[in-house]
Amino acid sequence: MARKRIVTTTINGRKNEFLCEPRQTLLEVLRDVLDLTGTKEGCSNGNCGACTVLLDGRAVDSCLVLAVEVDGAEVETIEGVAPVEGLDPIQHAFLEQAALQCGICTPGFIMSAKALLAENPQPSEAEIRFSLAGNLCRCTGYDKIVRAVQQAAETRVAHR
Amino acid sequence: MAERTIAWKPRGENQIIGTEVLRIDGVEKASGTAKYSADINTQGTLYCKLLTCKHAHAKVTKLDTEPAKGVKGVKAVHIFRDVDSEIEWDGTLIAAVAAETQDAAQDGVNAIVVEYEVLPHFVDEDDLEAAKEAGRTTEPRSSTQGNVEAALKDAKAKVEGYYGIHTITHCCLEPHGSHCEFEDDNLIAHLSTQNVSGTPGQFAGPLGLDASKVTVVCDYIGGGFGSKFAADEWGLAAAKMAKETGRPVRLMLDRATELKTAGNRPSGFARVTIAANADGNIIAWDSEHWGTNGPQGGTVDVNQYPYVFDFENRNRAAIGIKTNAGPQRAWRAPNHPQLCAMTQTAMDDLAAELGMDSLDFFLKNLGHTAKADVYKAELERAAELIGWKDKWHAHGKGEKRRGKARGLGLGLHRWGGRAHAASCTVRIEPDGSVSSNAGSQDIGTGTRTVIAIVLAETFGLPVEAIKVNIGSSTLPQSGPSGGSTTVGGVSGPNRRAALEALWKIFDLVAAKYKVDAATLSAHGGKILSNGEKAVCTWKQAASLTGPMGLEVQGKGPENDGLTSDGVGGVQMAEVEVDLETGVVRMIKMVAVQDCGLIIDLKTAKSQVEGAMIQGIAYALTEERIMDNQTGRFINADLENYKLPRIGDVGELVAEMYQPDSEYARGVIGLGEPPVICCGAAISNAVANATGVRVSVLPMTPKRVLDALKKGGQA
Repeated sequence: MARKRIVTTTINGRKNEFLCEPRQTLLEVLRDVLDLTGTKEGCSNGNCGACTVLLDGRAVDSCLVLAVEVDGAEVETIEGVAPVEGLDPIQHAFLEQAALQCGICTPGFIMSAKALLAENPQPSEAEIRFSLAGNLCRCTGYDKIVRAVQQAAETRVAHR
Repeated sequence: MAERTIAWKPRGENQIIGTEVLRIDGVEKASGTAKYSADINTQGTLYCKLLTCKHAHAKVTKLDTEPAKGVKGVKAVHIFRDVDSEIEWDGTLIAAVAAETQDAAQDGVNAIVVEYEVLPHFVDEDDLEAAKEAGRTTEPRSSTQGNVEAALKDAKAKVEGYYGIHTITHCCLEPHGSHCEFEDDNLIAHLSTQNVSGTPGQFAGPLGLDASKVTVVCDYIGGGFGSKFAADEWGLAAAKMAKETGRPVRLMLDRATELKTAGNRPSGFARVTIAANADGNIIAWDSEHWGTNGPQGGTVDVNQYPYVFDFENRNRAAIGIKTNAGPQRAWRAPNHPQLCAMTQTAMDDLAAELGMDSLDFFLKNLGHTAKADVYKAELERAAELIGWKDKWHAHGKGEKRRGKARGLGLGLHRWGGRAHAASCTVRIEPDGSVSSNAGSQDIGTGTRTVIAIVLAETFGLPVEAIKVNIGSSTLPQSGPSGGSTTVGGVSGPNRRAALEALWKIFDLVAAKYKVDAATLSAHGGKILSNGEKAVCTWKQAASLTGPMGLEVQGKGPENDGLTSDGVGGVQMAEVEVDLETGVVRMIKMVAVQDCGLIIDLKTAKSQVEGAMIQGIAYALTEERIMDNQTGRFINADLENYKLPRIGDVGELVAEMYQPDSEYARGVIGLGEPPVICCGAAISNAVANATGVRVSVLPMTPKRVLDALKKGGQA
C-alpha cells in the first residue's frame, strides 16, 4: 500500500489540508474523510453525475478524480453554493420549479447548472439539455430541471 | 361554524389545500444538508465491500475468508452463503468485508478465496418453447368467460399479435443499504427504507434483540419504487458486524449489485388474438402470456389481463418461467405496466385494422372499463393538450420529412391508492407552535409537505408554522410507502387529530372570551367568530391549553370520507422515428391524471412527471440484458443500463383532473398510476409513425429497424 499523501487544496473558499491514500477518489475523501456528504455517490464510474463538483470551476465527476489530483486546486461542492444566508438563485429555482423530488440527484444537477451558467449566463434550452446530460435523474422528471435552470439564468441576469 | 363532523373543508374555503406549495424539505435537499443513509458518518464508521458470485447457477465448493481477516484495516467479515450453498443468479451475495476504509475493504474482498461448481443455467425469458424444453416452466393458469370461438366467427376485424416487455430493475439512484450502530445494546439503523415503522422487527429477530431495542431512522431516501421494504440480508450483515466490532458499520450496495440483486420488474410476453364487430366494439380476447420473475418462476398476474378493459368473451392463460436471474420485487404499480403494454398495443393494432382513429376506437370501447366517464373526460382533455385532432393520421400515413416520421399514441390505466394504516400525534404547544409526529417516510411523495399543509389548513396557519417529524420508528406507527398509500395514509389521521384539537381549542376560547364555540373558525393566525370578528390570536388560544399544551392522536383509515380509492388516468405521446437509424425521439408527452382530492398540486404534478420519465425509460431504452452464454446480467452499470437523460424526454405536460366530483372522493394515492400506460402510449405512437408494430419494449433502434424490415418498410 502506498504511503498516504498530504493534499493542500481550497474547498468552498477555505484552505484545507487532508491525508489520503493515492488511490482514494475525491468523492471518497469528500464524503468519508471531510464529511461533506452533500456530494452523492450513485454509480462510482462517472455515469450518473450525482457526485458532480467544481474543480477550478469545471464540473467533474468526483468519483473519477483522485483526491491527490486536487492538490493546489480549488474545489467547490454543494455545501459551498448557498450564500451565508438564504439560497443561491439556482437552488431557489430548483425549489420553485419542483425540480427536486427524492433529492439524491439534486446536488449534482445544481453543480452542473452552476458550471453552465458561469460559462454561459443565458443558455438556450438545447444548451441546458446538452450541458446537463451527464446527470441522471430517476424520479423527478427532467423538464422541471430545465425550467429551473432557465429561471436561475433569468434571475441572475436580472440581479446584475 | 359547521357542525363538528370529520370532513375536508368545502372546496371553495381552502386557503392552502389544492394550491401549489413548495416542498418544506426542499432547502435541505438543494443545499446538500439532507442526510441519506450513506451520509451517516459517525466517529469510527467502518466501510463495507461485497463479494458476489459471478455465475448464474453454481454451488459454493470452497470459501476461505481468513486471508481477508489478515488484511490491514479489515475489522470484520460476514458470510452470506457458505460452502454447499446453491447460487441461483449472477450477483448473489457471498460475503461482506468491513474495514477502516473502502479500499481496505476491497483489499479484503480480493483476498477471499472462493471456488464454485458451475451448474447449468437458464436465463432466456422470452423464448417459451426453449423454457419448456429446458423444463423451466411452471404450471399454466387459465380462465375463460363467454364464448371466444363463436365471437371470433362473427368478427368484422381480427388481429393476431405478439407483444412483450422486458425485465427492468428499480435502479434507485441511492442504492440499498444502511449505517448501523450500537449504543450500549440498542441498535440504531439508518436504513434506506420505504418502511420505517415495519423494519425494526426485521433486525431484532435475526440479531437476537428485543424489537424495542432497535430504532430505524430514514430521514431521506433516494428512491425505492417498491424495492425497499425490508431490512434485507445486507442490512442484517451491517448490524451484525457493528455488534461484532463495536463500531458503526456502513454497508451500501455497489451499483452492479444493486441492479442484479435488489429487485426487478418481471417481464411479460404475450400472443394475443383480439377482434371487433363492424362498429369497432371489441367482442373477443384470447391471450397466452409468459415471462419470468427470477428463480421462482412467476409471471405477470393473469387475473388482471386484459388490462383496464374486460370483454364478454375472453380466454386467458399464463405460464411462468424459472430463470437464473435476480428475484423480483414490487416495482411501482406491480403487474400494471406490463399488462397495459400487452393489452393496449393489441387494441391499437385492432383500431388500425379497422381503419379507425385510435382515440375514437378507445373512446368507443370505454364501456368495457369501470370508469368510462372519467376516462372519456381525461382522453378528451389529453387530446386537446397534445393536439390530437390536428396531428392524427392513419398508421404509417403521415408525412415523412428527411427520413423521419411522427406519430401519436395513447394509453390509459387504473390503480387503487387506498390509504394505509397509520397513526400520528399532533401537538400544540402553549406558545402556539404546532408539530406532527409520525413514523412515516418521504420517498419523494412529499410526505412532510402534505402533513404540514393539512395541519396549516386546519389551524389557519402558514405552512412554515408547522413542524413535521417523520422518518423514525420511535414515532407513532405508519404503514409502508407502497402502493400509493402514503398521502392518503398520513393526511387522514392528521386531519382527524387536528380537527379534534381545534375543537378543544374552540371550547377553551368560547369559555374564556364568552363566545359561542359553534361560531368559531381558525383563519390567518386568528380565531374568528362568525368568520369575521377576531376573538383572539392563535397564540392566545393555544395558551389556554395550559402548561402542557395539547396532544391528540390521529388514526386511519376510517370510513369518514377523508380518503378513498380507485383512480384512472390517461397519457398521450408524440414521437418522431428516424426510419434510417431506428431512433425514437420523444416530442411531447401528456398526462391527465385523477387522484381524488389533491392536497398539494405541485408535488402531485411532480409525481406524474417523474413517473413519465420512468415510463419513457422502459418504453425506449431501459432493459436488463441477460447473456444466454454466460447467464450474466451484462449491462449492470449506468453506462449500459440505459436510462433517458435530460435531452431524451421531450416536453412533459402533467395535468391533474379534479372536478368537484373528484374532490368529493377525498384523498387517493397517486405514486403508481402515472407510470403505467407510458409504454403502451409510446409504443402506439411509434406504430402510428411507422405503420409497423415494434412488438417488444423497450423499442431500441435495433428492434425498430427489425420491425420496419419485417413490415417491408426498410
